Amino acid sequence: MAVLRLPTRMGEGIVAASINGILRSTKATIALVVCVMLIGAAVFAPWIAPQNPYDLMQIDVFDSRLPPMSEGYTGMIYVLGTDGQGRDMLSAMLYGLRTSLGVGLIAGGLALAIGASLGLIAAYAGGRWDAFLMRFVDLMLGFPTILVALMILAIFGQGVWKVILALVFVQWAYFARAARAAALVEVNRDYVEAARCLGLSHWRILFGHLLPNCLPPLIVIGTIQVASAIAAEATLSFLGIGLPITEPSLGLLISNGYQVLLAGLYWISVFPGLLLLLLVFSINIVGDRLREVLNPRLVK
Amino acid sequence: MTAFIIRRLLQAVMVLLVTSVIVFVGVYAIGDPLEILLPADATPAERAQVTRTLGLDQPLPVQYFGFLMRALQGDLGTSFVYNQPAVQVILQRLPATLELAFCALLLALMIGIPLGLLAGLRPGTRTEETVMTGSILGFSLPNFWQGMMLIMIFAVMLGWLPSTGRGRTGTVLGIETSLATMDGIRHLILPALNLALAKIALVIRLTRTGVQETMPLDFIKFARARGLSGRRIVSVHVMKNIMIPIITVLGIEFGSLIAFAVVTETIFAWPGIGKLIIDSINILDRPVVVAYILVIVAMFITINLIVDILYSVLDPRIRGKR
Repeated sequence: MAVLRLPTRMGEGIVAASINGILRSTKATIALVVCVMLIGAAVFAPWIAPQNPYDLMQIDVFDSRLPPMSEGYTGMIYVLGTDGQGRDMLSAMLYGLRTSLGVGLIAGGLALAIGASLGLIAAYAGGRWDAFLMRFVDLMLGFPTILVALMILAIFGQGVWKVILALVFVQWAYFARAARAAALVEVNRDYVEAARCLGLSHWRILFGHLLPNCLPPLIVIGTIQVASAIAAEATLSFLGIGLPITEPSLGLLISNGYQVLLAGLYWISVFPGLLLLLLVFSINIVGDRLREVLNPRLVK
Repeated sequence: MTAFIIRRLLQAVMVLLVTSVIVFVGVYAIGDPLEILLPADATPAERAQVTRTLGLDQPLPVQYFGFLMRALQGDLGTSFVYNQPAVQVILQRLPATLELAFCALLLALMIGIPLGLLAGLRPGTRTEETVMTGSILGFSLPNFWQGMMLIMIFAVMLGWLPSTGRGRTGTVLGIETSLATMDGIRHLILPALNLALAKIALVIRLTRTGVQETMPLDFIKFARARGLSGRRIVSVHVMKNIMIPIITVLGIEFGSLIAFAVVTETIFAWPGIGKLIIDSINILDRPVVVAYILVIVAMFITINLIVDILYSVLDPRIRGKR
């Protein structure tokens, strides 16, 4: 029976192992703390932001394009300056972070769910299904992420859910390949055989027994793909084909500042860019460390 | 072998066909080109006339079939904006993009290999840690923002380099290129650097891994025993071994450079196909968008096909597997 319980135990151990591994590296610990703080800032943006940048009652056109640390019309101090509409940059960035992180996490999560399920099923079913799916995955991975996303948005137009759809469409293949590679090794193990003999349903074997054992590579790829989804969304929004103006992510904020950058109004695009960089960089550092700790011998 | 190639070719054609259907139907759905092409006070007669010349009054399958037949003859429609064949519009701008991508590739090798060697030859030191963290930073820097910062620092604040356009181009061997004039090269530096950055990070990682895998091998120990200098061992024996994977990966990555050129060209107003597609999406120049996607997809399918075939020639095991 111990064999049967093994998978669950491994599944639980992974979280502890990951956190332990991260804490053993100073660099990764700092990155993790930054990630947690940024997520906190995004979640609590409405409460910690000095103003609601999209409430027209709270912004003042007289305060537009003020440099950092200036005092506004109403006596409010704009720590990071204001943009062309007189919005406090710090507040706009906190709200932008919310959008960017939200889109990245939803897209990464959906891609993980879809990709990992398909990868597991392919490895478990084998044969024709496996060959067909992997052929499709190879095909997808032959195209650069940004290009496929660009094509999808060029065809279907912009919008929050269209961006998420495009990101999921380009990312699921990474998860499918990793899940399949991990599952191919596991499928032949005794515990799977034992589970089959017990007459467990395919569904239960797949997600109750195989999945927990295939988690390490998926966690690593998941972390990296969330970072890449955030960066891709920012890029698409910057190009003007991503999120609509009503959902300003960090990419859109930077894009707005781009128009006035050459005139010397650097703060409108520099600060959101730094925040975006900090976010993507710290997620990638954590991901890199997880790769070392969980060592799934994966190739990106 | 022949069967393998034929199967792959058929697959490639299938992918291209499916893409063409999706693209055609999708692009048809996003907007009405009549709204953009005609002035607001156009008479119904003018509308009808333009609709007829563009074939917009036909049912969708008929339009697609005609489109496919013409596409097979290399005719992907006429750009609404430039009033030229869409394929021609793209081909005119392709050299500028290829030039940019090529220079970025060169820069990636020139900067990435020395840094990768530095990290690989000093495992476990602070140098390695710094270079490798720097390469993660390189991966993480959003391409477009990094380009803006390059413009801000080198064009606006220091005023050393121009920020937009291609500069004066000259002709070398019948090819129009920015590399022919000093002005052109000055215009090329920032965009090429912008495009190269992520690839520099990649080359650093590949080089470091290569060095660390090669150094413990017997032939290196033997070269040492023969009394060769460390410099010679690295520059001849190690380099020879690690260049193959680097060149292979970069060959495949060339396609992604062309994809990311969309961003670089938009920032630096570089007149290549990347800027063209963004402009065309924004003004709904339907034939150019369709032609761009099909040309790019065809290009990638061809690259991937060649890589697949080359691999299967080199490694017969791959043929049996699929």
